[in-house]
Amino acid sequence: MDGWFEFVLARYNYWIVIVLMMTGLYIVFARGNLVKKVVGLTVFQTSVFIFYITIGKVAGGTAPIYIGGELDHGDGHGKGQGHGEDAGHGEGAGRGEGESLHAVPEGEAANVLSGEHGEETLASKIDNLPANDLKAALESLDPAPGPAETPSLHEPPEGDLGKISNDALIDTSKPEPAPGFDLAREVHGGAANALDAAAAHGEIIYTNPLPHVLILTAIVVGVSTTAVALALAVRIREAYGTIEEDELEALNEMAEFGHTLGPAGARG
Amino acid sequence: MIAPAYAVALAVGLPLIGCLAVWLLDKSPNWREAATIITGVILLALSVTVFAAVGEGQRPGYVLFDVIDGLPIAFQAEPLGAMFGVIASGLWLVNSIYSIGYMRGGNEKHQTRFYMCFMVAIAAAMGVAYAANLFTLFIFYEILTLSTFPLVTHKGDDNARRGGRVYLGLLLATSIGLFLPAIVWTYAIAETTDFAVGGILSSHREAVAPIAGVLLALYAFGIGKAALMPIHSWLPNAMVAPTPVSAFLHAVAVVKAGVFCILKVAVYVFGIDLIQGSSAADVFMWIAAGSILLASIIAMNQDNLKARLAYSTVSQLSYVTLGAMLATSMGVMGGATQIAAHALGKITLFMCAGAIYVAHHKTLVSELRGMGRIMPFTFAAFFIGSLSIIGLPPMAGSWPKFFLMLGAAEAGERLIIVVLMISSILNVVYLLSIPVQAFLKARPGEPHAFEGGWYDGPRYDAGDAAPARPPRTAIAEAPLFCLVPIGITAAGALVLFFLMDPLYDYLTPLMAGGSS
Amino acid sequence: MNLIAQLPALAIITPLICAPITIVLPRGRAPWVWATIVSWLTFAVCILLLREVAAGGEISYHLGDWPPPLGIEYRIDLANALVLVLVSGIAAVVFPAAYRSVKPEIDPRQSTFFYCAMLICLTGLIGVTITGDAFNIFVFLEISSLSTYALVAMGARRDRRALTAAFNYLVMGTIGATFFVIGIGLLYQATGTLNLADMKQLLAGQTSRVVDAGFAFIVVGIGLKLAIFPLHLWLPNAYTYAPTAVSAFIAATATKVAVYVLIRFLFTVFGFDFSFMGAAFTWVFLPLGIVGMFIASLVAVFQDDVKRMLAYSSVAQIGYMLLGLSFATVEGLAAALVHVFNHALMKGALFMAVACVVLRAGSHSIQAFAGLSQRMPITTWAFVLSGLSLIGVPLTVGFISKWYLLEAAFAAGHGYASFLIVASSLIAVVYVGRVAELMLLRPPAQEGPYVLPKRDAPLSMLIPMWVLVAANIYFGIRADFTGDIARRAAEALMLAAGGAP
Repeated sequence: MDGWFEFVLARYNYWIVIVLMMTGLYIVFARGNLVKKVVGLTVFQTSVFIFYITIGKVAGGTAPIYIGGELDHGDGHGKGQGHGEDAGHGEGAGRGEGESLHAVPEGEAANVLSGEHGEETLASKIDNLPANDLKAALESLDPAPGPAETPSLHEPPEGDLGKISNDALIDTSKPEPAPGFDLAREVHGGAANALDAAAAHGEIIYTNPLPHVLILTAIVVGVSTTAVALALAVRIREAYGTIEEDELEALNEMAEFGHTLGPAGARG
Repeated sequence: MIAPAYAVALAVGLPLIGCLAVWLLDKSPNWREAATIITGVILLALSVTVFAAVGEGQRPGYVLFDVIDGLPIAFQAEPLGAMFGVIASGLWLVNSIYSIGYMRGGNEKHQTRFYMCFMVAIAAAMGVAYAANLFTLFIFYEILTLSTFPLVTHKGDDNARRGGRVYLGLLLATSIGLFLPAIVWTYAIAETTDFAVGGILSSHREAVAPIAGVLLALYAFGIGKAALMPIHSWLPNAMVAPTPVSAFLHAVAVVKAGVFCILKVAVYVFGIDLIQGSSAADVFMWIAAGSILLASIIAMNQDNLKARLAYSTVSQLSYVTLGAMLATSMGVMGGATQIAAHALGKITLFMCAGAIYVAHHKTLVSELRGMGRIMPFTFAAFFIGSLSIIGLPPMAGSWPKFFLMLGAAEAGERLIIVVLMISSILNVVYLLSIPVQAFLKARPGEPHAFEGGWYDGPRYDAGDAAPARPPRTAIAEAPLFCLVPIGITAAGALVLFFLMDPLYDYLTPLMAGGSS
Repeated sequence: MNLIAQLPALAIITPLICAPITIVLPRGRAPWVWATIVSWLTFAVCILLLREVAAGGEISYHLGDWPPPLGIEYRIDLANALVLVLVSGIAAVVFPAAYRSVKPEIDPRQSTFFYCAMLICLTGLIGVTITGDAFNIFVFLEISSLSTYALVAMGARRDRRALTAAFNYLVMGTIGATFFVIGIGLLYQATGTLNLADMKQLLAGQTSRVVDAGFAFIVVGIGLKLAIFPLHLWLPNAYTYAPTAVSAFIAATATKVAVYVLIRFLFTVFGFDFSFMGAAFTWVFLPLGIVGMFIASLVAVFQDDVKRMLAYSSVAQIGYMLLGLSFATVEGLAAALVHVFNHALMKGALFMAVACVVLRAGSHSIQAFAGLSQRMPITTWAFVLSGLSLIGVPLTVGFISKWYLLEAAFAAGHGYASFLIVASSLIAVVYVGRVAELMLLRPPAQEGPYVLPKRDAPLSMLIPMWVLVAANIYFGIRADFTGDIARRAAEALMLAAGGAP
């Protein structure tokens, strides 16, 4: 019972997403007033924004703004490491963020783990390992494989063990956590230096910036959709004198079956 | 002389050029009709060239281009197609001459459109005749359907619309709904649609065997133009068309194309052996036999002359299907020769019906009593045509029936022989009665036909009345444009009787893949 | 700078940059001419792209020179090159005709915005097709959708129902897009990438409920945009009340692009390893395709509005495409792609013909079509020919589609499906025949609102319409071009999806 309760609580952010989503959809379908429909639509979209933010949240991570000087990036990282997702995304910062993006879970893992085993051990271990073995190192470091089953919170309660990664949420049954992919790939991609550095400097943790960027774009889309919808509602009110769906339908049916559609019926 | 291979391609292309010419000559009817006749003459010459070349053992062909990889529009003449080509182009020429008389005599509207569609239709018929694969065959089959639709609905009134709807609906529905899947299925099995002597499916026997019945059914009913019952109802419905069109549908191209396709499928797609081995063929043989009898019986009850002829066509062309399903060499031969013989006979009958309509606006059989005196030539031709359809020597129609009976005997289907005999008797009843009544019976009382009110009751003894007849009963035939073609085809029906031996030899290669 | 190397970007940038310029142009012909030129340029770019791809294989263009998987990649293989050419080609044909068609249909004050929205819509559609980035697809999808909502609403000058139609479309479209973006979010959660090709690699072997849910969200989201049968409710009204040129454009392109996105996700991202694929094909796409084919066709028969009839016919035709891809064979996929291309040609031509009638008759009621052959013979014949194409008569593209579909059905062992295909195309005979008979065999109206002068549409509309009709016939006779490209594209997709080649 307790486990179940925790299971539910631990995902409170997802419950918010689901509740909002369903509320929004319900409003869209159940309300006849066009403006209320738009409100419902917006609520529905907002749930998605929160969902994306949830994805990107890293426990203890700071805003993904590059803290200069902390990391020595060297000049090995050419352009192209970052996610140039959005034009609005600052150029220089974009690169740094891009790297930290995939490093984040790792960093977090390091952080959590360091709480367990002491920072030096981990850092030195990682430092000493060849880049490609980072993942293996992580797995070997994992003290209790069992807790991977219990999903983590993004803000794990103090002292709760085994919160390797917030991304463990993704799939509890999967042996290797999803970030492993990112990690391995990132390493493969030649960003090993950065990773090493990040891991070594363990204390700087960024939240994943990409979902934020994505959702900024989605918010722009959502705002424009709402704007168009409201504009349409205004036009509908001008044309019909109402924005109640049932009345609109009645009027439309009048037009359809009352008299035929002809040039005479055209509205100036 | 033109190379046969080009003649094959040109036979399909020329009418399209003719169509353009007709369109351009819209404003001067005489030149327009001249263009039609010139096209017809050249077309006949081309098809005869092809016919001759095929007779020498050549198989002239022409590949246009691939529509889809491995599926070209290709033409190749073989004996059956060459024969159909000559019949179609020859009768089309005759029919065109006739339609000039008919259309002018009847002052029909939209004559340019009419001749243009006629051109496209014959092009499609030639395409069907010379198609080298099922794919090409299907394309031209559909063009034929579409190009004849404006002809069928030529009058443009409610009746024509209704008839046209049934015509197009039924033909498109069967061809797209059944024929096309059958072709694609064949293609899926055999990976080719090219006609081959002996049948393209015969080498995939194990794949075909379980579905042979279904496939055969798809073809038999999918080729709706063959008018196998119950897919025949488009034919009587198409009677709303002007008579030249009816002649075209029944004798020249459309129904002929249908039964031609059936024969083609039986011989070159399935192969005679495969059909013989399939129990489904028996079913279709009996469906064909049923069509023969049922349509004859319906024909007897039709008062409308053209409707009677239409059902007669349904009945007569089921002979071809029957021959294909008998799947003996004689059966196929009977079917093939029936195409030629029936064409000559039926076109004669239709042109006679049209001549009667043009001259006297009569469409009912019951109105024709005594008309033989007024239109002796027309009814004489009608008599000859009837004899040929019934199958009495010395008319061309006698041979196919003979072959079919032989074929039935060969296949051990004695009951089919009985069916054929009954059918001939029914033919006598519903066809021969028309000219007989026209010549021997008096005309029924028609007050407006006689002046002066000197006669006020039915007269049964025509002989006595003859001296008292007013001068108006003098001969009143249709225009010469109508009569000449009738004479030609009637004579043709007679001549073909004597030419059957060469035709038989000519068609023998069809049986190359057969067992006997 | 080597322009050829920048072609993928040009395909997007040309309409995108030129769209806002339209607004500052003076009213009248200028925006139209400008938009037309831009559409032609875009078409030229897309043709060049197709040539490049056909000759040299896949193009991977890195936007801003950021290499994938982190940077946005434009990835063009044969499948989307074909769709690109299709979309831009339809635009290049519809834009020239739009001026006369749209002039009486929209508020003159909106004319500049109209062409701007059309160009943005074109940008969006091309963007969806060209990009290899999942989130980019969402953004472009919304770019095209938002402009389409506005375009549909512009039909309100003639009939205010355009507004409610646009609103409903907006609600449904937004829900669809949001579902889609949720699905992408889930996939991102599972893979940490947005690049489609990369996603494919990272998804390989993954079986988790996150991916399953992502799949479901994406399919439903695209399904809404695509108007898969039960999700099609927005489509008929939107097509009916939009200005006819817009109907012609979106009917020929928008759903096609959505089909492409569906194919891309199913085959390139998920692949046959994904456990739901088989089930989705067998239990979702196949039955929905068949049901849609029949029900929408039957509904089309009973419509008294030609545009609405064509709209329902579109829903039915989408059923064919779903059916084709649900066979999960190269033949089936090729058939679906061929039909995507061919259906765009026929629907484009049909809606253009309707546009001509609307211009002269001021109505798209079926009554307006009575006796049209005597009033507008050129338009009538265009309609009849493309209608025949819709039915699938030989020598038209419709026949080619049908042939490929039937062949695929037999090859996939779904012989029964081929009979369902032809049976539903027979329903098309009924609804096309109904209009055709009215046009060809009825006398024109002598009184009432549908009396037309004997005057055909202006050349600026007739020529584009006949270009499409000619394309209908040309690609119906020489199908090796489309067939070959579709087949190669399908083979590549199947290979990527891990299916039997």
